[in-house]
Amino acid sequence: MSRLAAKFEELAKTGRKALIPFITAGDPHPDFTVPLMHAMVEAGVDVIELGVPFSDPMADGPVIQRASERALEHKMSLRKTLAIAAEFRKTDQKTPIVLMGYLNPIEAMTYEGFANAASRADIDGVLTVDLPPEEAEASTALLQAREIDPIFLLAPNSSDERIQKMDAIGSGYIYYVSLKGVTGAGHLDVADVAQKLQQIKANTRLPIGIGFGVKDAQTAKTIAAIGDGVVVGSALISKIEANLDDPKRAQQEIIALLTSMRLAMDSQ
Amino acid sequence: MTEKYTMPDAHGHFGPYGGMFVAETLIPPIQELNAAYQRYLNDPEFIAELDADLQHYVGRPSPLYYAERWSRELGGAQIYLKREDLNHTGSHKINNTVGQALLAKRMGKTRIIAETGAGQHGVATATVAARLGLECVVYMGAVDVARQSLNVYRMKLLGAKVVAVESGSKTLKDALNEALRDWVTNVDNTFYIIGTVAGPHPYPAMVRDFQAIIGREAKSQCLAQAGRLPDALVACVGGGSNAIGLFYPFIEDAGVKLYGVEAAGDGIATGRHSAPLNAGRPGVLHGNRTYLMADDDGEIIETHSISAGLDYPGVGPEHAWLKDTGRAEYVSITDNEALEGFHALTRMEGIIPALESSHAMAYTMKLAPRMKKHEIIIINLSGRGDKDMQTMAKREGIEL
Repeated sequence: MSRLAAKFEELAKTGRKALIPFITAGDPHPDFTVPLMHAMVEAGVDVIELGVPFSDPMADGPVIQRASERALEHKMSLRKTLAIAAEFRKTDQKTPIVLMGYLNPIEAMTYEGFANAASRADIDGVLTVDLPPEEAEASTALLQAREIDPIFLLAPNSSDERIQKMDAIGSGYIYYVSLKGVTGAGHLDVADVAQKLQQIKANTRLPIGIGFGVKDAQTAKTIAAIGDGVVVGSALISKIEANLDDPKRAQQEIIALLTSMRLAMDSQ
Repeated sequence: MTEKYTMPDAHGHFGPYGGMFVAETLIPPIQELNAAYQRYLNDPEFIAELDADLQHYVGRPSPLYYAERWSRELGGAQIYLKREDLNHTGSHKINNTVGQALLAKRMGKTRIIAETGAGQHGVATATVAARLGLECVVYMGAVDVARQSLNVYRMKLLGAKVVAVESGSKTLKDALNEALRDWVTNVDNTFYIIGTVAGPHPYPAMVRDFQAIIGREAKSQCLAQAGRLPDALVACVGGGSNAIGLFYPFIEDAGVKLYGVEAAGDGIATGRHSAPLNAGRPGVLHGNRTYLMADDDGEIIETHSISAGLDYPGVGPEHAWLKDTGRAEYVSITDNEALEGFHALTRMEGIIPALESSHAMAYTMKLAPRMKKHEIIIINLSGRGDKDMQTMAKREGIEL
């Protein structure tokens, strides 16, 4: 059983929901990321989504765009992101890591080269934003052969047929993008999300992580009640951006926010 | 290649290129667009409306002009210019925006967005949006806003909102990123008019089909005026819409050589260019697989060309396919060579070409002398140079 499947099974047994932070690898500096990952685990997160910086992040809002730009200034890359994950794994064999990024860096490594490298880095899942299931057959097979879960997105306008498609091709969990827009945009509509989750749950048995627009502990709590996991990204990266001259403080603020989310989510 | 050409397949693939590489939220609108496009492609009423607009609003057919003096000067092949510069709004871009706007209207969309590099596609989009009374937002890299201020003003006069994009390299690719972000946010009421033969399926095929009027006219005009098919076609290639528009109706005519001219900027060897087919590698960007300018890590590299319309790190997937199959040849022309082409046409024929089209002129200056006098070249004169007066004057140290 994959680390992700085991994690969600364990959570389900204890009636808890997954807290899934997203951070961009190498933002604001390559040395910042591994200590932050360990600190987040201590604060009670369940899965870490590690963003792979890309020059043209088409589905991301300004906050994550700038995170990518900062990381790229330090020559961060897919290879170096994998090295960060491997470094983290040396002292944490339990926490699942999901790489989230765009397809072109993977194309540059070749699908097989990437699958091998991801396997060596002991990556648990790969979410490629601009790779819908229609184009994903080859890469999914290579990943699953190495027990890496290919994770797909669902959107508010996804049909039953699309959900079934993700269920068939994906594993680990499904990432539900709670609003039409880019990362960090607006506020999600809880009633809309709850309604959509019913439709999704009717069409897949995979756990559902919900993201886009989760900004505070209260939203995290509300969303946790609806889905199986809560993804928070831009709200964390905003802390980095607000403390570029003081990375220690950035980490403290990220941990404080995650701790408050964990508490709120567990006090259902 | 004499067999029937049927690209792309049902999923928008041109061999390994093309496809539909977008985030999930964009899948439903792209499927909706594809369904509408397939439906109206062969709908007599739609085609009649499009043809009428192309004739009475755009001013088609555009002439195929025999550049007699320039042909004599170069001393080789006879040169014909397909005069897309004479279209309404001054370039071939309007052929496509008229078509997509009619689709938008039939699909009940109330808001139009577009990306633009040189501003020609932005102007052509703002124009059709004004005519249909639709809200229009045009995304343009901040660098391009500065170097094409005349077109920015034209778009504003037409009622469009021009958004200067400050992210990344602040050029065409970043404008495309931003337009995609807008589309993903406003999918319900918004139609995205992509200006080139790139983007996710069905855009590369759809834009090609709207631009293929160029090649269809050129073919029948050449037969009528010269009594035979041309021997070579020459067109500049950024995303590649004017080139594919000219090439497409000739693809099955094996005797017609196809030359796409990329922007070599300061020179291919300097790395400061926009020539992915000459010096790039396959990858995925903006919804399709194609040749790209990217580094070993797959990050997109900044491009350079004196012409904003060619300053793009990718190229339409069909050109990638035509390159790999050898059906078309892709060459490159530097900024300096393009300027020679610009001046040559201006002084020889009294026609001021756009800097984009000047690349095709410059390559013709190399190609024509190598060909026989009875042979024929058709160049796509894709746009007029009025928009480039500031760039030219600045380059030549003249204050306007």
